[in-house]
Amino acid sequence: MIRLEHLYLLTGAMFAAFAISHLRETDNPVRWRSASFWGLYAVILMAGSVLPDLANGLIVLALVALAVSGLRPSVAHTTSKQGREESARRLGPWLFAPALLVPILTIAATLSLREGKLGGWQLIQPGQVTLIALGIAAVLGFAAALLMSRPPARAMIGEGRRLADSVGWAMLLPQMLAALGGLFAFAGVGEAVAPLITGFIPINGAWSAVIIYCVGMAVFTAIMGNAFAAFPIMTAAIGLPLVIQRFGGDPAAVCAIGMLSGFCGTLTTPMAANYNIVPAAVLELPDRNQVIKTQLPTAFALLAINILLMRFLAFL
Amino acid sequence: MLVLSGIAVIILGFILRLNAMLVVACAALVTGLAAGLDIIATIERLGAAVRDSRFIAVVWLILPMIGLLERAGLQEQAARLITGLKRVTAGRVLFAYFLLRQGTAALGLTSLGGHVQMVRPLVAPMTEAAAERQLPLDPALRYKLRAHAAAVDNVALFFGEDIFIAIGSILLMLSFLLNYGIVLTPVSLGLHAIPTAIAALLVHGMRLQMLDRRLSRLTRIGA
Repeated sequence: MIRLEHLYLLTGAMFAAFAISHLRETDNPVRWRSASFWGLYAVILMAGSVLPDLANGLIVLALVALAVSGLRPSVAHTTSKQGREESARRLGPWLFAPALLVPILTIAATLSLREGKLGGWQLIQPGQVTLIALGIAAVLGFAAALLMSRPPARAMIGEGRRLADSVGWAMLLPQMLAALGGLFAFAGVGEAVAPLITGFIPINGAWSAVIIYCVGMAVFTAIMGNAFAAFPIMTAAIGLPLVIQRFGGDPAAVCAIGMLSGFCGTLTTPMAANYNIVPAAVLELPDRNQVIKTQLPTAFALLAINILLMRFLAFL
Repeated sequence: MLVLSGIAVIILGFILRLNAMLVVACAALVTGLAAGLDIIATIERLGAAVRDSRFIAVVWLILPMIGLLERAGLQEQAARLITGLKRVTAGRVLFAYFLLRQGTAALGLTSLGGHVQMVRPLVAPMTEAAAERQLPLDPALRYKLRAHAAAVDNVALFFGEDIFIAIGSILLMLSFLLNYGIVLTPVSLGLHAIPTAIAALLVHGMRLQMLDRRLSRLTRIGA
């Protein structure tokens, strides 16, 4: 059976290969920084399950120190703009095939291998079919791209490393924020914030209850970086006792639109690094907040619309 | 109140524009200490939590394939495809991707898309190519178009996926309400996500039209 753990080994091996590729850049005096960063990340991915928690934690702190000091990778070798234009003319639409193969295979596996079973045989860890299928599809897509473009050997690792370098330490940020979310939950940060919101603002009617619940979901999501973390806290503090129980709102409408109000908050916050900061790095934008700035008008407009929708749909 | 010091660290860190990794790590350590853990136990929790969220890293397995395809001219081919189509504008490319992304997300196909898989190799170069037919792009305009491409992926995903009844957030809501003795069907939650999904389509569609208008205006000024 293929488990998530196998994919961690594979992903870790990839980052280890990036680290070795950096070590070979002998003309870069700080090559050890990138090499240690990707190498240590590979250790967490490959050996995280067997290492004690303290070792994982110390590696995380080392990764933070490397990120703060600046990785300064050497520029990876790739083709020239002119060479790529020629190659695009030669290969034509076939270039899209591996890239499209990945989502198609992922979805096909998700739909056909329910619970990960193929003909009664447990092929994939149940509950993780989509993620594991994505990993396998990425490997198959890589093989297809190799066959099609026949690159020199060093490009097999070098091109992936070029992209990893362009994203840099931001690649680890989503996992750091997930860890922070876990500590917030452990410390009871949400339970401490909710009375601050409810205690200072008077709620005396359905309108004010709806507005405070929706805005609270958005603000709270922006702080926690995740609507899933905000939902139980805000709904237990305001949505359930006030909007639903005191003022008689329909639970389905209140919860569904409350969650969507949280998603408006997700669009506005660097804490949702996976959606907002990582893409800015992936697209090589010099301003890491530019995706957030682009999303702000839509986020505010949709929050206002959600308030109106909840006020009317929940109290029909 | 002490447990809120982590939030203060984050707000301060972002105001002072410190390195985000440093800010998040400090906030995590401060929160752990404020919750009464000692420093060793806090570091242990941090390490365990980063290890337990490794599933986030699996998506990076796609980098070697995207890198090879880019080397072979994937972005150039995406641009060529767009340049061949008449009447295609940057806003229309983005709107078409919005429809595709939101529609498939509403059917539960959330893995069809993403910033690494679709936006960088395909959507962003197509958008830039469409705009480039109108006017020469300076770097600032190029970055603006790329940010729009990333935003379309997010907005269409967030306000499409909740229509699908088996998505994580719907399951979270059901189990939360069950704790309070309220029994709902997934369908009733999914149905209530539809009005916001339509609103997102209209609001963001309008913004993309405004983007096109701004590009046309820039073209006239430049001409």
